[in-house]
Amino acid sequence: MSNLRTANIEAKDARIKVRWIEFTIVRSLMICALISVVTTLAIVVILAKESSGFFQEVSIYSFLAGLEWNPLIEPRQFGVIPLVLGTLLVSVGACIIAIPIGLGTAIYLSEYASQKTRQWLKPTIELLAGVPSVVFGYFAVTSITPLLQSVFPSTEIFNAASAAIVLSFMVLPTITSLSDDALSAVPRSLREGGYALAATKREVSLGILLPAATSGILAACILGFSRAIGETMAVALAAGSTPNLSLNPLQSAQTMTGYIVQVSMGDTPHGSVEYQSIFAVAALLFLMTFSLNVFSQSILKRLQKSYD
Amino acid sequence: MSDLNQNSNANQSVLSALDVSLAYDQRTIVKNVTLNLDPNSITSLIGPSGCGKSTLLRTFNRMNDFIPAFRKTSGFIKYRNLDIYGDDVDPVFIRRRVGMVFQKPNPFPSSIAKNITWGPSINGFQGDFDELVEISLKRAALWDEVKDKLHSSGLALSGGQQQRLCIARAIAMDPDVILMDEPCSALDPASTAKIEELMSELKERYSILIVTHNMQQAARASDHTALMYHGELVEFGSTRQIFNSPKNKVTEDYIMGRFG
Repeated sequence: MSNLRTANIEAKDARIKVRWIEFTIVRSLMICALISVVTTLAIVVILAKESSGFFQEVSIYSFLAGLEWNPLIEPRQFGVIPLVLGTLLVSVGACIIAIPIGLGTAIYLSEYASQKTRQWLKPTIELLAGVPSVVFGYFAVTSITPLLQSVFPSTEIFNAASAAIVLSFMVLPTITSLSDDALSAVPRSLREGGYALAATKREVSLGILLPAATSGILAACILGFSRAIGETMAVALAAGSTPNLSLNPLQSAQTMTGYIVQVSMGDTPHGSVEYQSIFAVAALLFLMTFSLNVFSQSILKRLQKSYD
Repeated sequence: MSDLNQNSNANQSVLSALDVSLAYDQRTIVKNVTLNLDPNSITSLIGPSGCGKSTLLRTFNRMNDFIPAFRKTSGFIKYRNLDIYGDDVDPVFIRRRVGMVFQKPNPFPSSIAKNITWGPSINGFQGDFDELVEISLKRAALWDEVKDKLHSSGLALSGGQQQRLCIARAIAMDPDVILMDEPCSALDPASTAKIEELMSELKERYSILIVTHNMQQAARASDHTALMYHGELVEFGSTRQIFNSPKNKVTEDYIMGRFG
């Protein structure tokens, strides 16, 4: 009897110890998860604080509606539109190139490629996403730009077209991979339904799979676009640092990210307006990519619902 | 089209399997099955799960082509006089003549009308599409329920209605044969009764081969019944004979519910 009692007490002690270990593990895992949340919040707070300093000097209206961006030399002007235009020119251009290629690749991968081809082709495409962006940037300056110059002699050394092309390579894996996932997620029963109605592979791909995967493909394109907007290094190298209120892709253009890099790497004194201006630009950029991500998430959620 | 149907004098069967063996990689699924289907009749293919009945069904319109491991290891599959697996045969042509309805209703995520017109439109249908939609839905006994919402989504229909839409879609192609792969397994009894009733109307025009798990369904709805077990065709005859006086012990045990 007394043996049983000691065994019971021992078991109880052991359990208390285990409970402490459990508790510690759970808490530390939770802290790991909270780090991302805290970081995001901290960034939002800093962006808000620094850009509020900026907006005490410059009105929000003249920032958002101004057509002249001349932050460093007197008379200073902080109209962000040339930067937004440069950003859109480069990233929309990249999407115009990358979406057809990415979608074509996705259709090939999910419908035509044999299992064997798919096994090496998809990882290879995804490898493209692992190339450091500075490498892409130098590739643009040393290879794409000379090529453009030989076709269009008026091309400047730093130009938006070269940035758009190199950016299209960078977003290609995102668009391809996510569109391929969307096409592969179309239930097999729909494919079979199409084939049973004497449809060819092309008719099933274009007539059934593409419409059924529209929301997933749309989400892929938006995520690709959002990545293109946020990309910095390659674009800054290829497009140059001259803000231009122009849609000519052969001219230099400065993007929002490009401006942030230029100022943060220079010797701008802390607390000055031009220093604070990078936070205002960053806040606007953050709002743009954040809303694009939210938008694409809501589309993806709708997609999942429609197959449940 | 009627030419094709009349060429069949030499061979009465609309679909036939002659000594057919089928395999996934090295695993034999169907062994030396010979089966002939009469035109304008309903034939049930019954048997326990995994006996190879669906695999056999899907050879009649070459739907197994999409399974890389699938191989036909012996025999011939014929649609009337045409060797379905012949070298010069286009599977797309076969599927125009041999339609299919699947286990789970699979309407396309588009309107009811579009579900019906898509197949014919890609296959060069020249007639009036509105008329085609009406006729097909009437033959599938769905017209009265959906005539006011032809342009709303096919996915908004109930399961039973969706399955009748899939039948209407198959009918719109004006096929010769309709294959049905357990078409009622996902449906409630009321919808099942509707589909069975529909099948007996459809056989005026089409030949039907149906795979079913449900023995009562085979007994109620079909003219002929074939029992498959472990990949072999155990017994094939008129439904009345199979259910009333089976010749084979396995058949008797199966329809008595001793296994399966």
